[in-house]
Amino acid sequence: MPGKPLQVFISVIRRELLLAIRHGADSCMIVSFFLIVVILFLLGVGPEPGILSRISAGIIWVSALLSVMLSMDRLFQPDYEDGSLDLLILSSLPLELIVLAKIFSHWLTTGFPLIIISPLLALFLNMGTPGYSTLLIALVLGTPTLSLVGAIGAALILGARRSGVLLSVLILPLFIPIMIFGVSAVDAALTNVSSKPPLLMLGALLLTALVLCPWASAAALRQAAE
Amino acid sequence: MFNYFANPFRFLRLTSKLQPITMLVALAAIGLGLFYALVESPPDYQQSETVRIMYVHVPAAWMAMFCYVTIACSSAVALIWRHMLANIIAKSTAPIGASFTFLALATGSLWGKPMWGAWWVWDARLTSMLILFFLYLGYIVLYNAFDDQSRGARAAAILSIVGVINIPIIKFSVDWWNTLHQPASVIKINGPTVHPSMLTPLMLMAVGYMALYFWLLFIRTRAELNINKVRKMLIQQTETH
Amino acid sequence: MTSFSGKKLTCVRSGRIVFTSLNFMISQGEVLYLKGPNGSGKSTLLRLMAGILRPSNGALTWNNNDIHDDEGLFRSRVHYVGHQDAIKAGLTVEENIRFWVEMNYCMKEKYSIQTALKVFSLDNLSTLPARFLSAGQRKRLNLARLSATYAPLWLLDEPTNSLDSDSVRILSRAISDHQQNGGMVAIATHEDLDLKDNVLNLSEFTNLRAPPQGYNAW
Repeated sequence: MPGKPLQVFISVIRRELLLAIRHGADSCMIVSFFLIVVILFLLGVGPEPGILSRISAGIIWVSALLSVMLSMDRLFQPDYEDGSLDLLILSSLPLELIVLAKIFSHWLTTGFPLIIISPLLALFLNMGTPGYSTLLIALVLGTPTLSLVGAIGAALILGARRSGVLLSVLILPLFIPIMIFGVSAVDAALTNVSSKPPLLMLGALLLTALVLCPWASAAALRQAAE
Repeated sequence: MFNYFANPFRFLRLTSKLQPITMLVALAAIGLGLFYALVESPPDYQQSETVRIMYVHVPAAWMAMFCYVTIACSSAVALIWRHMLANIIAKSTAPIGASFTFLALATGSLWGKPMWGAWWVWDARLTSMLILFFLYLGYIVLYNAFDDQSRGARAAAILSIVGVINIPIIKFSVDWWNTLHQPASVIKINGPTVHPSMLTPLMLMAVGYMALYFWLLFIRTRAELNINKVRKMLIQQTETH
Repeated sequence: MTSFSGKKLTCVRSGRIVFTSLNFMISQGEVLYLKGPNGSGKSTLLRLMAGILRPSNGALTWNNNDIHDDEGLFRSRVHYVGHQDAIKAGLTVEENIRFWVEMNYCMKEKYSIQTALKVFSLDNLSTLPARFLSAGQRKRLNLARLSATYAPLWLLDEPTNSLDSDSVRILSRAISDHQQNGGMVAIATHEDLDLKDNVLNLSEFTNLRAPPQGYNAW
């Protein structure tokens, strides 16, 4: 038996990634949404470079938040609708680990592309060069936490009426701490203050979420199947 | 003990006695508290008369926190021991807690005008309170978002537990955000240094709010239990005929 | 001799008692038919047997051990086929079944995807994306999981829905093979599968007029 749970874990990830590739448009949509929101902010605020560079970190984080939130409802909804959820609950791997595998694949297909494209957006927004590396580190630490926390909301809304709007009401308040530390890390780097404390906080949030969120999501999924 | 009080009949009998008592305590304590707050206590040397808003605002903020923790605790009981009554208590507490949160926000905003010259200031406490208000809204919306009531109850129970773990994190992050963006010149009320003449009305108001909460809770839970009873009877009627 | 049984099961759904004081027992090589009108709780009972639902009262036991004592072990003994087919339109027929086989691989040693597809005559479709399958073919793909990996207990909820007569014959052959190998089956169906064994009539347990003590209208 040893080694087998890992194989099952990997096969969940492989299935999710395969589905993401087959429905490739979904990932592209999230990235384009991210881009469009940033550009909307740009047009709304006006092209004055000083203001833009001052609020660049905030705009990128808010847009990332909204993109992750939008992508969240596809995490468990298809499995709930086609009956796969029952079989996932009945499979040999604990549901918490299946959830973790699904969240990881979700991050790979949504959070990760956002990280890749974020330097380009920082350029659009006239962000100072010292901010780039910190922005990347903060996003690497922060976006998995967004996926983890969002998974709880995604599991809770299964079978609800108007689930899309409901999801945003539930999880956006929970995203606030991640955004605050993410933005303040970049702002610190831009003003030549040490960005280490907020980055450490982001790391702490990630580790906490890594332990608690799969457990809470699995509990929510079990009650959804009942 | 849970099992003893979880019996709805016993709960109804007990609360029918407690309901008038809590009503009297609430009215007396709030009445007396308001008298002390508005007439008896001295004006503050810095804030003069506006300090009197504090007696309405601070206990409301306390109750806002208390109610959310109550929801989370009874939700945990409902999830673990599957007691119907714990769900009903959580459900009934939510609108009361949301109202206390709203009261704290409204009075905080009123307080802000004479103090900072604006109806809304992004002060750390007010911001946290606002986020708490959204957590309440999320809970209430999720509870009612399902056609199957028990589904909504269980989903909302999990959400409230996630929320209660998040409250300290949100509070900390908002404090952090606030110190970054605002100079520390904002006047703050420091709890322990409050003068006894101010403490009496504050405590009276706190007791009054607490009694008010239980009074409203008993009314709501009793109504909820009766609704359940009627629904059950309707189901039985339609199925036997 | 292994056996799977439920004692004094009560299930309450949305404040309504679906069934109460229900007992059943399945021994090795037995098929249990669940009969009853719509809404009598056949699907609910099957989900309860699978451990997806928990009973409000009563216990489910495997060889006299409560199934919730070791849920992982119990899950490895069950194949559940529900109303929905659990098929991803974006994956091929073979990828679909391979995933579920891998998900159950921990305890179930021997499996053959090709044989399973052949049993349910899907072998010539194995590279076809599942979105092109008809309703009956989707059902067969879902049922093919039964033959792909071994699990002693099969829980089948209306497995003959949208199956043609040939496919129903294939299914009843699979069930009788499983029975002869000492497997257990609980099945809810309107179709006559000529495998008459034990019949559990659920309408006997929907005691509406007198709710059990302690539930008094709550």
